[in-house]
Amino acid sequence: MESVSEVEAAADELASEAGLDEDARFHITMAVHEAAINAVLHGNEYNPALHIDVSMENTGADLIFVVADEGQQGFDPGHVPDPSAPENLLRGTGRGIFLIRSLMDEVHFRQLHPGTELTLIKHLAPADGGKTDGDVGTEGG
Amino acid sequence: MALAIASREVDGVVVLDLSGRITLGEGSVQLRDSIRDLIGKGQTRILLDLGDVNYIDSSGLGELVSAYTSARNQGATVKLLKLTKKVHDLLQLTKLYTVFDIYDDEASAIASFK
Repeated sequence: MESVSEVEAAADELASEAGLDEDARFHITMAVHEAAINAVLHGNEYNPALHIDVSMENTGADLIFVVADEGQQGFDPGHVPDPSAPENLLRGTGRGIFLIRSLMDEVHFRQLHPGTELTLIKHLAPADGGKTDGDVGTEGG
Repeated sequence: MALAIASREVDGVVVLDLSGRITLGEGSVQLRDSIRDLIGKGQTRILLDLGDVNYIDSSGLGELVSAYTSARNQGATVKLLKLTKKVHDLLQLTKLYTVFDIYDDEASAIASFK
């Protein structure tokens, strides 16, 4: 699980450098943490011979995180039960994908051969248009 | 920081003061063992003080749910005290806020067991 902590720390650093507030950083690190845990646990099934591949970038408009495993298990995101449905509320597991989807702006799944790739996207543009960070692109005004 | 658990008793209620992270591999198992131990000793009133829990993941949320259900199945009650904003937000997001009895102050929480 050390690799998951490292991924989480790197995601937090990228989010911090992008100037995101604590709530947004928490949402991102949590989603990336869940994606990495899923990759190790459910994708690679804890097989130490298999790796997870993580990349992250700030495009200026978005923070993009890509987490891929090498597992043989396919994953169908359409068949994940809703853990917030009344009949599932008391389940001890099954909240990871729900949290990822809830905390990020976009989530994309892609089947690899082998493996599953998740792309998590957080838009950087302020949602309410009210807050800017000053001098980016305003030179010469 | 991993999870630290301190136990104390107030008016017949066992209060577990938790601090740190409740995540897969960092606290989930400790929490499960502590709850199981208390119930095994016949404790039926358990209050989890989450005021110093700064991070919880899906596994930790699942552990809280399991603590709640396993306690209930054995005639015990688990309630929550002092959620941090992060934990509060996650419990709302997952609708677990509707499952637990949650209190902001300890006196009210202790009184609720009577």
